[in-house]
Amino acid sequence: MNPRRRLSGGGRGDTVFKALLFLAASTIPALLIALVIELTRGARQAIDRFGAGFIFGSGWDPVAGTFGAWPAVFGTLLTSALALLLAVPLALGVAIYLTEFAPMRIRRPVATMIELLAAIPSVVYGLWGIFVMIPFLRTWVYPVLEARLGFLPFFAGPVYGPSVLSASLILTVMIIPFIMSVSREVLLAVPPGQREAALALGATRWEAVSTVIVPYAKSGILGAVILGLGRALGETMAVTMLIGNRHEIAASLFAPGYSMAAVIANEFADAAGGPLHESALIYLALILFGVTVIVNGAARLMIWRVARRGGAT
Amino acid sequence: MMDPRARRRAKSRVMVALMGVTVVVAMLPLILILASLVLRGAQSLSPEFFVNRPAPVGELGGGVAHAILGTLMIVGTAALVAVPVGIAAGLYASEYRGTRMAQLTRFVADVLNGTPSIVVGILAWTWVVAVQGHFSAAAGSFALGLLMLPMVMRTTEELIKLVPNELRESALALGYPRWRTTFVVLRTALPGIVTGTLLAVARVSGETAPLLFTALGSEYFSFDLDRPMAALPLVVFKYATGPYPEWHQLAWTASLVLILVVFLLGVAARLATRQRL
Repeated sequence: MNPRRRLSGGGRGDTVFKALLFLAASTIPALLIALVIELTRGARQAIDRFGAGFIFGSGWDPVAGTFGAWPAVFGTLLTSALALLLAVPLALGVAIYLTEFAPMRIRRPVATMIELLAAIPSVVYGLWGIFVMIPFLRTWVYPVLEARLGFLPFFAGPVYGPSVLSASLILTVMIIPFIMSVSREVLLAVPPGQREAALALGATRWEAVSTVIVPYAKSGILGAVILGLGRALGETMAVTMLIGNRHEIAASLFAPGYSMAAVIANEFADAAGGPLHESALIYLALILFGVTVIVNGAARLMIWRVARRGGAT
Repeated sequence: MMDPRARRRAKSRVMVALMGVTVVVAMLPLILILASLVLRGAQSLSPEFFVNRPAPVGELGGGVAHAILGTLMIVGTAALVAVPVGIAAGLYASEYRGTRMAQLTRFVADVLNGTPSIVVGILAWTWVVAVQGHFSAAAGSFALGLLMLPMVMRTTEELIKLVPNELRESALALGYPRWRTTFVVLRTALPGIVTGTLLAVARVSGETAPLLFTALGSEYFSFDLDRPMAALPLVVFKYATGPYPEWHQLAWTASLVLILVVFLLGVAARLATRQRL
């Protein structure tokens, strides 16, 4: 063999090897493309029949062949929004405390423990929600809320156990570890010089955090929050078990509702309404997929931007 | 009127304390969930539980051995295919990291990692169940494998990136071709990759949604991947949402077993890293 060719790193082995690795890597973009194509194909019948009006239509009756996704879409958006509202302050509080204030010794162990929450399977959250959380809330929390705030339409009775509020609360618990661990990483990537400069100028510890560190990590934290949103939107089992599974929109958070993922989980295995029912469910999956791809894509771009800037300074 | 400096200090102290409180609030659910699992689940944790299949309602001594076997088979088959491909994809993304394909793969893997598992389950249903005309454990394995693939790829890539470039340079300087160099790099990062893989296995072991309409679940022992098969998460779902108190008890114990499986894999993962790094 020509020695120069050897030195240039060529050789048939390398070409074959690189091609094999390339082939393995290409399965991942191929998977994304396959999802788009197959979901669109499966949803074809429902798309032709209902068009974009599917999203905002209501009334879900597999036997009569009417399918409107709005109650499920609305339920998904509402539970996710409520969960974010509750989880973001908590998760950020934990992340900031664990990167800035906590004694060094407990930082890692506490973070690891909270991250354990993310390892608990969704169906176990559902079980716990049904038999521990809901009975507790129905005895101690919901009646008080109804008595004090019942004049507001969203806290009006009657109080159901499985409800939009119960589903939102379990989602809150489930997304805290995600938001916490990503924002903790972002906060850890803030260069120590920033913090030291703030303290040297006479800032208190809280002022250093609120005026320098958090603004510096802002877009990464936003990324973490959006990532949490993505989780909440797609969360299936726990929501299915706690939301009450009713194709209706009620003003009250104490009333049962539905979410897109829950509809699919409950109805897909035996789509009783035949091919159109099946197709409507795949349409629902396509919408859910589209939303989570956009949400996750946006979150990743934001987190990368911070990581790159952190590396440059 | 308070001295402004003292006021600022006081405010700082209050805020720090508030954040300390959030830590307690965030840890509370973990403690409560684990406590309920142990308290309620351990009640009927007996040897029969790991040997028998569910008894008819009203009879005692039922177990979930069929589901433990099913989970092992479904997840094992998924890992067998997804792990090698995932590692190879991760190697590509890190060893040829400048290429456009590497960047694309990385980004798409991150997006897929956030995709709801039920959506991936529908793809498995379309390609396996709808084509064959019946539910099967193989379709469940396919779904879980697709879920594992981007997870394994990303961990592999992150860990291979940590291997110092000097190692690659020394191997190349000794006249190794690129492909043998890559194996040297892979061996160095192996403990970490084992950890990442075990964590991915742990995560998909608890997946329920994509199995609902692929593996479907079953009441019987089965080794046949072409038939419906039981899995621990499916058992928990079915028995938790069913009407009988005996079922609920079974769901708690099955959950405890499921959590133990997931946590043991997690501990094994950590040990694998600690031993050699």
